[in-house]
Amino acid sequence: MKRPRLSANQIPLAATAGIALLLYGAAAVRYPAFRHGGVLLGQFVDNGFLGIAALGMTFVILSGGIDLSVGSVIAFVGVLSAKLLAAGWPPAAVIALCLLLGTAFGAGMGALINLFELPPFLVTLAGMFLARGLALVVSTESIAITHPWYQAVAEWRFKPSAAAFLAMFVVSVYLAHYTRFGRNVYALGGNRQSALLMGLPCRATEVGVYAYGGFCAALAGVVATLYFASGDATRGVGLELDAIAAVVIGGTLLTGGVGYVAGTLVGVLILGTIQTAITFEGTLNSWWTKIAIGGLLLAFILLQRWLQRRAGRAARRTVALSAQATPPTVPMARGPGRLRPGPTRPPG
Amino acid sequence: MSDRRPVSKLVWPALALATVLAFNALSSPGFFHVELRDGHLFGTLINILNRAAPVMLVSLGMTLVLATRGVDLSVGAVMAIAGAVAADLVVWGAGLPGVVAAARGAALVAGLFNGLLVARFDIQPIVATLILMVAGRGVAQLLTGGQIVTFENRAFEFIGGGFWLGLPFPVMLTGLTLGGLAALSGCSALRLFIEAVGGNATASRGAGVPVARVKLAVYGLSGVCAGVAGLIATSDIKGADANNAGLYLELDAILAAVIGGTSLNGGRFSLIGALLGALVIQAVTTTILTRNVPAELTLVVKALVVVVVFLLQSEPFRRRLAGRGGGGR
Repeated sequence: MKRPRLSANQIPLAATAGIALLLYGAAAVRYPAFRHGGVLLGQFVDNGFLGIAALGMTFVILSGGIDLSVGSVIAFVGVLSAKLLAAGWPPAAVIALCLLLGTAFGAGMGALINLFELPPFLVTLAGMFLARGLALVVSTESIAITHPWYQAVAEWRFKPSAAAFLAMFVVSVYLAHYTRFGRNVYALGGNRQSALLMGLPCRATEVGVYAYGGFCAALAGVVATLYFASGDATRGVGLELDAIAAVVIGGTLLTGGVGYVAGTLVGVLILGTIQTAITFEGTLNSWWTKIAIGGLLLAFILLQRWLQRRAGRAARRTVALSAQATPPTVPMARGPGRLRPGPTRPPG
Repeated sequence: MSDRRPVSKLVWPALALATVLAFNALSSPGFFHVELRDGHLFGTLINILNRAAPVMLVSLGMTLVLATRGVDLSVGAVMAIAGAVAADLVVWGAGLPGVVAAARGAALVAGLFNGLLVARFDIQPIVATLILMVAGRGVAQLLTGGQIVTFENRAFEFIGGGFWLGLPFPVMLTGLTLGGLAALSGCSALRLFIEAVGGNATASRGAGVPVARVKLAVYGLSGVCAGVAGLIATSDIKGADANNAGLYLELDAILAAVIGGTSLNGGRFSLIGALLGALVIQAVTTTILTRNVPAELTLVVKALVVVVVFLLQSEPFRRRLAGRGGGGR
């Protein structure tokens, strides 16, 4: 029972990994410079903030929601940091304030979604407007950052962008697969009704998911501010779509409940490889990136759909077979006994 | 609130519009002043109508999509595609009918692509239309070669800047589209089918409603509406800007439809309500802009309005409100 379901869930992840290797191999054959390790490391540096935002998005999508506000939050954090630093705030206070604001922003959206049963995409779309508007209110022009600490950090040997991405990756894997919160997120995305009936803390989980998404977006904003050494209110337009694309290409189902954080890492690397390859090609223009991402997205969604349908058919077949094969008394006798220690009494 | 006749649904958006207009009339004299110059009507009111035309058009299509419990996030990208096709053909030297037909055809194909994903492959509408939202701007940039394609063409510029019977042509186009859609849904069973699909798709299928074809039709219509809006935008700035045409218009269109009384949970819709909703949004925007408030605040105000409007639509929020103010009701 457990083995076939697990492998069905892993097919998208396997497909993602296969495509990543194929893409990288093809790029390495075509452009010798791709074989240089620096290109791979560069992907972590250049896509650090996209990656961090995508990690937060993974949780939101796993819980069955969506967060369209990440790009705007990144822009808001950028201009706010630049403005506060120019006003003489110490960097640590600025970063702490930004992370706090981002988390509170996410938690607020999560509370609206949960308390008033509003569709997540609408609430976060409003959040996207609010954050972008606030960013423009802070400053309509790009502000350069001249603070010595920021300049020193940018010259570190291990780039803060890549370091933060990898650190957040480890934190996210731990959170998703080794904590009660992570289990609850999967349960909520898998079937909300069941999660509620099981007595899981759905409200706290949903608010927590968006708070984590907001935290990740704010951290992505801090990283982007370090990376560009400036704050710009128009930064990150459309970044939410790249983040969602990375999550979906990483094998996470948009209906929630199924997916791996590791897939998102691979998804971000695939997007990065496409971008780098198109830059290397030179004759291809930047819009091919968008078309390629859209095409990949389409392919993956159709693949997921096909797998879901197959799994649904297989499940129906199993049910029909077991109904035929086993006498009705057996499942009745076994039913309550098996249920008790399992899902009816979640730990805590 | 139990009265669900279409008339009563229109009271709220009409009231909202009246409030915004009254506020303007009180604070800035001459707001309602409309004059006839060279047979054309001029004035702030006409200006609001004209500026609201693209949102009104897109929100008409969006209303039909929302009524089937769907959503179309790709409208902005479809506008960009239609604009790019039109600009390319105008520069190439095609005649006006050909340009318009080609642009609307491209928009129809884009809409049907969405519809196919939703109806045939059973993909969630947000996800299905997200694909085109990402890739559509890429396609539009491909068509324009990454440039802003500009042109000088009097016939084509009429679509966005011309006057017909004293009114700006975009307003007339919106009226014609409304008439067409109203006739289509009023004189056939389409309205019933759309509301049935939005109310309960499974039950509708059981009752013999061609659910897949209805969905395909509404996404196709939404695409065409976005295409016409794209023609207006392109003609208005005399160029196709693949990056910025219709950017963020999807939220305005959804907001307009919801203000107009269309339920996000599907099953009921009002085309005229959507137009009123679009006018409310544009009136608020114009109010902000004419009051010397920094333009950046428009986004913040809009976001707050969105939250308030959606909260008012939310059943738990209404219950809570009714529970607290129980004595009043």
